[in-house]
Amino acid sequence: MTEYETVIGLECHVELSTRTKMFCGCVNEFGAPPNTNVCPVCLGHPGTLPVPNETAIEYIVKIGLALGCGIAPRSLFHRKNYFYPDMPKNFQISQYDLPVCVAGHIDIEVDGETRRIGITRVHMEEDTGKTTHAGATGRIAQADYALLDYNRAGVPLVEIVSEPDIRSPEEAAAYLREIRATVEALGVSDVRMEEGSLRCDANISLRPTGSDELGVKVEIKNLNSIRSLERALTYEEERQAAALAAGEPLVQETRHWDEDQGSTLTLRSKEEAFDYRYFPEPDLPPLEPDRGWVESIRASLPELPAALRARFDKDYRLKPAQALILAGSREWADFFVETVKLGAAPAAAANWMTQDVAGNLNKAKLELRDAPITPQHLADIVRLVEDDTISLTGAKQVLEEVLASGADVEKVVEDKGLRQVSDTTALAALIDEVIAENPDPVDQVRKGKDGAIGFLVGQVIKKSGGSANPKVAQELLRERLSGS
Amino acid sequence: MPVEIDIEHVARLARLALTDEEKERLHAQLGVIMEHAAKVGEVAAEEVPPTAYAIPRSNVLRPDEPEPGLSHEAALAGAPEDEGGRFKVPRIVEME
Repeated sequence: MTEYETVIGLECHVELSTRTKMFCGCVNEFGAPPNTNVCPVCLGHPGTLPVPNETAIEYIVKIGLALGCGIAPRSLFHRKNYFYPDMPKNFQISQYDLPVCVAGHIDIEVDGETRRIGITRVHMEEDTGKTTHAGATGRIAQADYALLDYNRAGVPLVEIVSEPDIRSPEEAAAYLREIRATVEALGVSDVRMEEGSLRCDANISLRPTGSDELGVKVEIKNLNSIRSLERALTYEEERQAAALAAGEPLVQETRHWDEDQGSTLTLRSKEEAFDYRYFPEPDLPPLEPDRGWVESIRASLPELPAALRARFDKDYRLKPAQALILAGSREWADFFVETVKLGAAPAAAANWMTQDVAGNLNKAKLELRDAPITPQHLADIVRLVEDDTISLTGAKQVLEEVLASGADVEKVVEDKGLRQVSDTTALAALIDEVIAENPDPVDQVRKGKDGAIGFLVGQVIKKSGGSANPKVAQELLRERLSGS
Repeated sequence: MPVEIDIEHVARLARLALTDEEKERLHAQLGVIMEHAAKVGEVAAEEVPPTAYAIPRSNVLRPDEPEPGLSHEAALAGAPEDEGGRFKVPRIVEME
């Protein structure tokens, strides 16, 4: 049987967080009432003249340099012509054969191994307006009409195109995480996939292992999260492998990821590929970035996630998986460093953040920045566990409360009565009760079956309403059971 | 030098339904325009690189500072129809 190798390339779109749009002075903001950030330029009125935003050019140069790209001495804007009402001009200003940044790479980590993924190009374009298909189902095909909001039309958009160097859905997810972390570290976009400021399309094909030729590729759209990307690619990998194994021909096409169904559906086939009639935008003179300016930007680049990971590894001896998460976003990295500065042991802070904090935020579908927890909260929790004031279980309760309300840690401990009872006389009575009520486990422990001790400790804690110090309870139990 | 024009293709790209008479007339007119443009190639020497720009300028940029745009009402004033503050357009049908 033929073994297949998966070949994946990603196209990522990043909305830049400039104050204004790409070619006009309209405010660039998410969530404004429809058609309130518009002007004759972005509405495509006749006779208007676009002028590029210099900060957007600076931002794309930053992205290009961070991805190890060369910055083209001369680059051009092109018109990409198409008929669709999301751009009132009937064309989108983009770049074609002369993008701002070319030939870079990014290193990703998968299973502790570093893989280098090539970046073909990074180019500048403008985002399109937002289309709402109105009708009973909200689907394009059955819609009665469409509604257009042009607030997003003309927002600076950077497209990052990877080489087909990615070999698995897992690597694709790691690549997207690394791109997100890198762009976030540069401070040029808020890279929120849920708000569309980071979007991603994937190209995937299969070929016999060892072959140099590329197979028939499928483009997948509508990937709204890193999880969707990984799921869609896993589905498509299996679909293509099954087709190839059955001798069915694959067609080059665009497929739509359906998150609820967990499958991809044909959107359009490439045979009817659009003829975009690219031609140089006559209203926009070429970009010829000054070398000195480019070098000054290079010199001012912040610490990137890969360097941050290396530093976390060296300074704090974190587990690689934890370093990957904590260095994966500036927000998490800053929170971690701050918690450690406030006295928390790095390993404990990292454990709390990557497990309980991340888990609770996931469950609540919250970002760290949107939760009221501060590094001081976490440092307090770590300290109270360390000095046995609260149990691990109690600490988890405190964390949940802090994540919900932002209340002071010591106050939550008092309010919920989570302070551990380590006082032996206070515990002795409870222990006597537990011993009296559980003759079988007691008997087992006496006979040397140590497993039962955990059960008895649990009973003591339960009786104490969660406040008994398990370590002290266990010591006392052992003392009492070995004595008689 | 006559220039080849696939008038059917051009009409399809422009979403124009042309009659046979129009196709013939526009084919001839576009031909004249293309031949006229092709004359540039006759006078431009080898060492003159092709350009899309009449003025030798580069790096024309603007600072990232907000400027007043159109009011919401003015923006929608030219729309034949609108709904909920949005431009209302016919349903979108994928071509071909």
